[in-house]
Amino acid sequence: MHEVTLDHLKREGRIVVVGASLAGLRAAETIRDKGFTGSLTMIGDEPYEPYDRPPLSKGVLLGKSTAERTALPRRRAIDAEWRLGTAATGLDMAARRVRLADGDEVPYDRLLIATGVRARPWPNAAEGELDGVFVLRTRDDGAALARRLDAGPRRVLVIGAGFTGSEIASACRERGVQVTVAERGDAPLVGALGGVIGAVAAELQRENGVDLRTGVMVTALEGDSTGRVRAAHLSDGTTLECDVVVVSLGAQRNTEWLAGSGLGAGPRGIACDAGCRAFDIRGIVTDDIYVAGDVARSPHPLFGYQFLSLEHWGNAVSQAETAAHNMLSVSTDRRPHIWVPAFWSSQFGVNIKSVGVPSMGSEIMIAQGSLAERRFTGVYGYQGRVIGAVTFDNARWLQFYQQQIETTAPFPVPFPTVDRRPDGHRPVPADFPDPSVPTHGPTITLSGYSPADRRMTFTPAGH
Amino acid sequence: MRLVVDLNRCQGYAQCAFLAPDVFAMHGDEGLLYDPQAEEAQRERLAQAAAACPVQAILVDDLDRDLAGAAEGRDA
Ligand SMILES: Cc1cc2nc3c(=O)[nH]c(=O)nc-3n(C[C@H](O)[C@H](O)[C@H](O)COP(=O)(O)OP(=O)(O)OC[C@H]3O[C@@H](n4cnc5c(N)ncnc54)[C@H](O)[C@@H]3O)c2cc1C
Ligand code: SF4
Repeated sequence: MHEVTLDHLKREGRIVVVGASLAGLRAAETIRDKGFTGSLTMIGDEPYEPYDRPPLSKGVLLGKSTAERTALPRRRAIDAEWRLGTAATGLDMAARRVRLADGDEVPYDRLLIATGVRARPWPNAAEGELDGVFVLRTRDDGAALARRLDAGPRRVLVIGAGFTGSEIASACRERGVQVTVAERGDAPLVGALGGVIGAVAAELQRENGVDLRTGVMVTALEGDSTGRVRAAHLSDGTTLECDVVVVSLGAQRNTEWLAGSGLGAGPRGIACDAGCRAFDIRGIVTDDIYVAGDVARSPHPLFGYQFLSLEHWGNAVSQAETAAHNMLSVSTDRRPHIWVPAFWSSQFGVNIKSVGVPSMGSEIMIAQGSLAERRFTGVYGYQGRVIGAVTFDNARWLQFYQQQIETTAPFPVPFPTVDRRPDGHRPVPADFPDPSVPTHGPTITLSGYSPADRRMTFTPAGH
Repeated sequence: MRLVVDLNRCQGYAQCAFLAPDVFAMHGDEGLLYDPQAEEAQRERLAQAAAACPVQAILVDDLDRDLAGAAEGRDA
């Protein structure tokens, strides 16, 4: 019976993908690869075909490319009906229909939700609308910011020193533009990598001429009489003159359109099982709705089955492939999404990469190289095992540490490694900020109860 | 031609920058910068670079272009 319906689905079913970006595109390609010949509809609120976001804060701001040139290559033809520039506004789970902003309704047999996240806007809307105030998430954002940098601003203020903010500051310096970075935490990247590595990132910024201000908040933005931003006020009482402000305060999940639908979707994303099937609000897994990419949160066996939300390119690709596979498989053929988190960033000429979940680590040891040379591998430990690793210009070692994480190897790292220095023999506290105090987005969020723990703890959402 | 590099995979071997220097460039000691849309004139070099990458991190557009928006008459 099951076989018959699956066969029918593959031949003439209807699959709808909401969110026509990286995860949506890679899922669509996988769906066709698996022999799906039915109708495939791609719904995206942006007017553009799927494009790649990482270059927006790197090559595009450096003038090595333009935001318009970031369309993603295709692995194969997907023969889809594209509904671009049209937002999905609602979901009727019982009738299996997606409602669109233009009033249309699209019926589905299987639905994939890949609506990602958006940049958190400046909290004061009027100030956020001043000319010269930007966020950086979309192609339009990238094009507008690049144009403003081309025009030669006198000073750029970046609010928030996470990965995106730090990359923007780096691009400014490389172009010779004066830049101030204001960060509420004690150092750049501290939410993602902890204070030990954050201190290295801070040095890197200062050495490259960034006016880095930590432990401060921007309290207000001020415009001139023509509505252009001209200054920012900081919590330490100082006023900073600037003509461009980039608000880089992390991301919010695009789930509002699902409000009232009965799907388990909220500000922390859409919860799903290890096979990418979404949960409804009663905690029951759906059979026909799948999620992938930045909007999803799914349990991971390597991290105590806690729910992981990742804002990582590689996760979007991998989860999309798994979701697409499972959509078209009988239950015994389904696969879990057990991708090991991995991330890269490039700033101030340094190649930064990480695997695992550094922010879960309580301790760090510098297993190779040295912090002072900015070429090292930092290994994070959690309850006696290796849980994450970060490299600065030492990426070739990362795969080795990924295996260590996958095999829950013991921490402190007992073996002598190539290029181990005396100061790397002993672990030190990784120095992550108190999770109840919001810092800049770690790009990995752990949420929920881990069955591996003896007691139930609630981890408040940090952003 | 559209391209993307999976920089999780990229090991900074710089083969691509050697074979197609107008598309790929090293940035710092091991970072890679690239233009995600290469000129048609780069086709041959790009194909060589993609083939030479030891970790197969470079994805170049399928030449059979199934363009987004075509159904709606949008230009891609
Ligand atoms: C500037 C920048 C730099 C980055 N750099 C890196 C990096 O160096 N390394 C790394 O690993 N990752 C990086 N990332 C993260 C990476 O780009 C994301 O993880 C990836 O884009 C996630 O893909 P996605 O398809 O899940 O979501 P998204 O790319 O966010 O796509 C979701 C799409 O859905 C659309 N949408 C939302 N709501 C609706 C709706 N109701 N109806 C229809 N459409 C909707 C959105 O407009 C968007 O187009 C970076 C991101 C940015 C913004
Ligand atoms: S050849 Fe491959 S691994 Fe080497 S730099 Fe280019 S993309 Fe990276």
